[in-house]
Amino acid sequence: MKTERILLLAALILPTLLQAQVRFATRNGHVTFTSETPLENIEATNDKATSVFDLSSGAVEVAVLMKAFTFEKALMQEHFNENYVESDKYPKGTFKGTVSGFTAGDLTKPGSYNVTVTGDLTIHGVTKPLTAEGTLVVDPTGVLKAVTTFIVKPEDFDIKIPGLVRDNIAKEIDVKVQIEYQKL
Amino acid sequence: MHRTLFSLLLIAALTSVRAQDSLLDLLGEQETIEYTDASFKTSRVINSHSLENTAHGVLDFKIGHRFGFLNLGPVEAFGLDQATIRLGLDYGLTDRIMVGIGRSSYQKTVDGFVKYKFLRQCKSGCHIPLTAALVAGMTTTTVAKENTWWYDESRTDYYTHRLGYNFQLIMGRKFSDNFSLQLMPGMIHRNLIRSAKEQHDVMNIGAAGRVKLTNRLAINAEYFYVLPGQLYGDNLTEEQLNDPNPGFHNSLSIGFDIETGGHVFQLHFTNSTAMYERGVITETTGDWLNGDIHFGFNISRVFTLHRPKPKEPKPARKRKKDGVG
Repeated sequence: MKTERILLLAALILPTLLQAQVRFATRNGHVTFTSETPLENIEATNDKATSVFDLSSGAVEVAVLMKAFTFEKALMQEHFNENYVESDKYPKGTFKGTVSGFTAGDLTKPGSYNVTVTGDLTIHGVTKPLTAEGTLVVDPTGVLKAVTTFIVKPEDFDIKIPGLVRDNIAKEIDVKVQIEYQKL
Repeated sequence: MHRTLFSLLLIAALTSVRAQDSLLDLLGEQETIEYTDASFKTSRVINSHSLENTAHGVLDFKIGHRFGFLNLGPVEAFGLDQATIRLGLDYGLTDRIMVGIGRSSYQKTVDGFVKYKFLRQCKSGCHIPLTAALVAGMTTTTVAKENTWWYDESRTDYYTHRLGYNFQLIMGRKFSDNFSLQLMPGMIHRNLIRSAKEQHDVMNIGAAGRVKLTNRLAINAEYFYVLPGQLYGDNLTEEQLNDPNPGFHNSLSIGFDIETGGHVFQLHFTNSTAMYERGVITETTGDWLNGDIHFGFNISRVFTLHRPKPKEPKPARKRKKDGVG
């Protein structure tokens, strides 16, 4: 009888303990990419990235709608969606991975922490492993900011660039991700 | 009793800690309104307007060129020795309203138009099945009065004789990534006509479509049907008298769109010499079956003059559920 009561209590408390994960999320993550060539520089920004970051496990996920990237020129944007990333077929770019190099305890104190992100990046229906260096910043108000930069090669993701514009689009595209998380 | 309660609770506890497939599921989907785009590569199919507009703040410089008829034979290099051109500028006042002007060598015509896209086909977040636009335009020929077909010394030459108006409703749908189709009922008004056998208001209906072959290559076709008994040419032959519109033919054009960086090249075959509605619909004399076919091209080059601020995407309209407010 006594053991049963203890077990019963455990069954009630256990799930709440396991769910005491600290999660952060946003719908307004900022993702930009730039292609720099001697002929022209192309820059696109997206302020609608969604992301969830689980502090206890370090798991992180980011998703961006390809159509939400805005370019300087309307035609660039149309070509990006129509010809390169084929947004109708592959509407989202996603990243699923883990952040390492910190402990959940660290992030209770304001400061800047250098971390490593590893995981899988999916663009244009192709998934490739990705490792990037990043920074987590906890400001005194408790807001968590994450910043990382990495390089993406269009050819790795089966994005074909015709010979005629080969020199206008960089072989290596710089991607910058800036996310300000809110507690979920 | 206690045992059953205990096992029930245990099951409940276990299921509640099951692993989530994706962390992002926690946020849920937020659907926003998205309209279809790129039904056609540019704002023209070949001679006709397409479902697309020039984007807000973008100036589109159009060069239209038609060589002579193919049936002119080898001495005339199958028409390559002759040329008819139209130079035009289109500008997007907003994403839905565009204006344009053009000047053609054919009849030394100046044309201007306004195009308003009042309905946009929805891809997600709303339920509009088609795109619809209205085009209203005006043309005036600037040839010297001695060279006009109506010239007569005994008659006063009014400027209004030179004017024509065109109205068109364009309705169409991008059925898939690769296939778009549009229907275009329209009317051309001509201030001056050849004889009482003609109509001032010429009713017509057009159809145009596109099949995308690759991301950068598409095949286009357009056809304008002019309702019979509205046009009547001069110097007709016996045979022509039996035609629905003696002396004139319906316009048919078939071509390719080739896209490169900032340009769209359109290469095509057409029996129309003009490149504006009045000329294409009411003044096409070429007959495909007779080899009266022009080889031609359009080049479209866009310049971004003004960069509008990116708009906040609108959240999708919620459909009212039955029985719930």
